[in-house]
Amino acid sequence: MRWIWIDRFTELVRGERAVAIKCISRAEDHLQDHFDGDPQLPASLMIEGMAQTAGILLGHANDFEHLVILAKIPKVSFHRVAYPGDVLRYEAIVQTLGEQGGTCTIEATLDNGPEAGAAVAEAEILFAHLDPDDPDYKGADQRNFVFTSNLLQVMD
Amino acid sequence: MPMTRDDIFAKVSDRLQDALGVDEDEVTPEATLTGDLGAESIDFLDIVFRLEKAFGIKIPRGELFPESLTAADSNFVQDGVVTEQGLAELRTKMPHADIDSFADDPKVENIPELFTVNMIVNFLDARVNA
Repeated sequence: MRWIWIDRFTELVRGERAVAIKCISRAEDHLQDHFDGDPQLPASLMIEGMAQTAGILLGHANDFEHLVILAKIPKVSFHRVAYPGDVLRYEAIVQTLGEQGGTCTIEATLDNGPEAGAAVAEAEILFAHLDPDDPDYKGADQRNFVFTSNLLQVMD
Repeated sequence: MPMTRDDIFAKVSDRLQDALGVDEDEVTPEATLTGDLGAESIDFLDIVFRLEKAFGIKIPRGELFPESLTAADSNFVQDGVVTEQGLAELRTKMPHADIDSFADDPKVENIPELFTVNMIVNFLDARVNA
């Protein structure tokens, strides 16, 4: 399974905002068990999609010179469940951006069907930068990174 | 127009409540960030970002919350106690902290107690009213 929780970037304003979409498919492995007979996108994976959207936005602002790591989620709330067939729209807005990292707010809304535009979730996420000269760099777990070269394919 | 210390404290308190999930009555001037308010290392970055936004300033890395305070020179610490030389370094690096009180019992393990709400207010008072 690839750790890619957004399907396409649809808007990007450097250092300011980005929009990505996620199409939820019944064929996704995790939906076979979450839950049996009642498939729903796990909230944790929705957060991951929001973090990938915001992480690429922050990485792009610095020409991907830093590794961008999800460091903290100060706020998150969920308003409705997302089901197979739903298209989620993640809109990330930069709140702060500095040498050591940045903060984004992200809103997830439903992007298709009769209830398009309905709020699904919102979060505030803090990201930290990790640089190759940082002593923690070599010990960093790749799985913790918001983006890798694979994930950047969504920007093609 | 200069900001009063009360104004600064009120803004700092709001940001600490947001960053650390603590209640208003927990944020006293004497409260230590790690011991009393439960801050962890990544929270310091969160706090810096919130203060930068709230006060419209840039806080360079290590200016408000210096890192590795006593590791720069082996003469700064002896037998787990910060030396006079180390105290002088702390006074230089952290003019906004209460080094005099710390000097009464300058154990290395007491360094986190320098990081109080009042220390942040002192720092911002000097920055925004300069």
